[in-house]
Amino acid sequence: MKAYQRKLDIRNGCVDLSHGSGGRAMAQLISGLFHEAFGNEWLARGNDQSAFDVGAGRMVMTTDGYVVSPLFFPGGNIGSLAVHGTVNDIAMAGAKPLYLSASFIIEEGFRFADLKTIADSMGEAARTAGVHIITGDTKVVERGKADGLFISTSAVGIVPDGLDLSAENARVGDRVLISGTLGDHGVAIMSKRQNLAFETEIVSDSAALNDLVARMVEAGGAGIRLMRDPTRGGLAATLNEIAQQSRLGFHLVEEEIPVKPGVAAACELLGLDPLHVANEGKLVAIVAPETAGAVLVAMREHPLGRDAADIGEAVADDHHFVQMATSFGGGRIVDWLSGEQLPRIC
Amino acid sequence: MKYADEFRDKEIALGLAKTIRAETDPGRPYRFMEFCGGHTHAISRYGLEDMLPDNVRMIHGPGCPVCVLPAGRIDMAIRLAERSEIILCVYGDLMRVPGSQGASLLKAKARGADIRMVYSTIDAIRIAEDNPEREIVFFAIGFETTTPPTAVMIRLAEKKQLSNFSVFCNHVLTPPAMQNILESPDIRNIGRVEIDGFVGPAHVSTIIGTAPYEFFAEEFGKPVVISGFEPLDMMQAILMLVRQVNENRHEVENQYSRAVTRDGNLRAKEEVSDIFELRDQFEWRGLGPVPYSGLKLKRAYARYDAEVRFGMNELCVDDNPACECGAILRGVKKPVDCKLFGTVCTPETPMGSCMVSSEGACAAHWTYGRFRDHQQRRAS
Repeated sequence: MKAYQRKLDIRNGCVDLSHGSGGRAMAQLISGLFHEAFGNEWLARGNDQSAFDVGAGRMVMTTDGYVVSPLFFPGGNIGSLAVHGTVNDIAMAGAKPLYLSASFIIEEGFRFADLKTIADSMGEAARTAGVHIITGDTKVVERGKADGLFISTSAVGIVPDGLDLSAENARVGDRVLISGTLGDHGVAIMSKRQNLAFETEIVSDSAALNDLVARMVEAGGAGIRLMRDPTRGGLAATLNEIAQQSRLGFHLVEEEIPVKPGVAAACELLGLDPLHVANEGKLVAIVAPETAGAVLVAMREHPLGRDAADIGEAVADDHHFVQMATSFGGGRIVDWLSGEQLPRIC
Repeated sequence: MKYADEFRDKEIALGLAKTIRAETDPGRPYRFMEFCGGHTHAISRYGLEDMLPDNVRMIHGPGCPVCVLPAGRIDMAIRLAERSEIILCVYGDLMRVPGSQGASLLKAKARGADIRMVYSTIDAIRIAEDNPEREIVFFAIGFETTTPPTAVMIRLAEKKQLSNFSVFCNHVLTPPAMQNILESPDIRNIGRVEIDGFVGPAHVSTIIGTAPYEFFAEEFGKPVVISGFEPLDMMQAILMLVRQVNENRHEVENQYSRAVTRDGNLRAKEEVSDIFELRDQFEWRGLGPVPYSGLKLKRAYARYDAEVRFGMNELCVDDNPACECGAILRGVKKPVDCKLFGTVCTPETPMGSCMVSSEGACAAHWTYGRFRDHQQRRAS
């Protein structure tokens, strides 16, 4: 059948409705572009699903949708982001991510060249993270019905025996560790948004954290109570969520929270708080105090945890507040973001 | 972060806090109103209240242009945006401001109104150039600081001969509102809070200078210190106010001498006075109608005035009667004194002006400071 297919004109062509119709054009797109980028033995079998072996331990599964704008940003694109984000959701359970599915909703007129770049970076991100994209789906919608491209990815992974990371494990006195500087992804995205062309060299921190997590688990074992990746809503949302679930409060020290000067300056300009800005390659770990030192050392030895820091502790608090000693000498709450983060007028 | 970190130095702050403590008379209260929401935000974000002696109380004034915009003006903008020929350009933080019955620009956009968030006045001009078949309306809002850019934009539209561009003008003025806080007829109903001095907004004074406050300081016998927005600026301004009170002075002093002069920016003032004129009165959410506190376009620029061009009718919407914003904005009550605070009125569902933007007194207290209420309750 392949012999009857014309090659995709990647450089000049674009997606049209026939590429989602289930016919020859769709098969051509899948084999000529996605299989090429993701290539592995499971996809090569060409079934509507993939069967795979499961090792010992508990399975974890997650799913996520990616609707980011712009699709390309400093440090990545929607494709690498869709792999990293979902791999990280699996990794936050202390699990080893194994297999991914990817579903594409493409607007007609989307350029093949852009789609190839995105698919290639998904393939590369998956290979780097040691996971396989083993099944997928493609839909094409009329112009105006999607913002170029939406991607959904799901993943499964295996949690090693003896590890159970969960918010209810947190205890008073536990340390709050973060793996690096905050707000890089959100600011990188904002710097490329239409009408907001401020100059910054900040690139997204988008990265798969499973290897870092494996090192942390090796160093801290069950002393790690839980981990979360502070994506949308930033560190503030993540810690408030954990505070509610663990029925504790947190005391943070602003001076210990790493933020790149460029990120701090962009946030200042837009009236945003770096603690509310999204990250895609960072994690927060709540760790037993006696284990925190070893885990922090392990984090700092890993390239993705070079700027890791101990930023505070869990405290008893009936109101589950996340409080922070400001670097200026006062105190404040670190609250959830209200609504969408919108720039102030003055 | 150069030009910012210098004004956030902990050691200097602790030194200033010590000096304030040493120079305040423990036997008397010092009640200072920071008029501007930017100051309120800085006080809350950096936790300055923790650094001041108990008898120095900061009263959060009405100065957030988004907060004080009445629901009727939002309703007017929504009606305008619902017209198919119009693209309404707005600054981001206006999107969530509630109009009547829970309406907002964000909800109108979701229903299909063409509302575009812009980051500068130039963006609106670009949209007008790119869409010659549509009518572009810029939702102009803000104090004296954001008025000159609106004036420049109108000049630019004129120069480019844009015939599809107009401005829905909601610019307001600082000094009349400060005056209203001290002498409004509403004070008879809600009571008067004693204010011992004002912290004036530096960004406003970069345009209008310090001179407009001289009459105010003299007439009402209240010291005014024009202050920057960095936490050290605020601490220094508070110390300057403490000293004026101790010495029984009521002058206008300029803490922000690095950018503010007595006369301000003459060119900007000229541009503004060429294009705008005073409205007889303008309604402020929480304060009600304030005489000569708003601007509109002069008749010579009526073709750029959306209210004239689209025959917009003034809409008046009553605030929620249970809302205590009027008293809170004047410093008579604190956010927690309002029974709506934190119950039906939160930043997600703001009922009154003080909760609308992050700079409002109630929103700032909710977002940054409400842990103190529990500490105080526990202590008592």
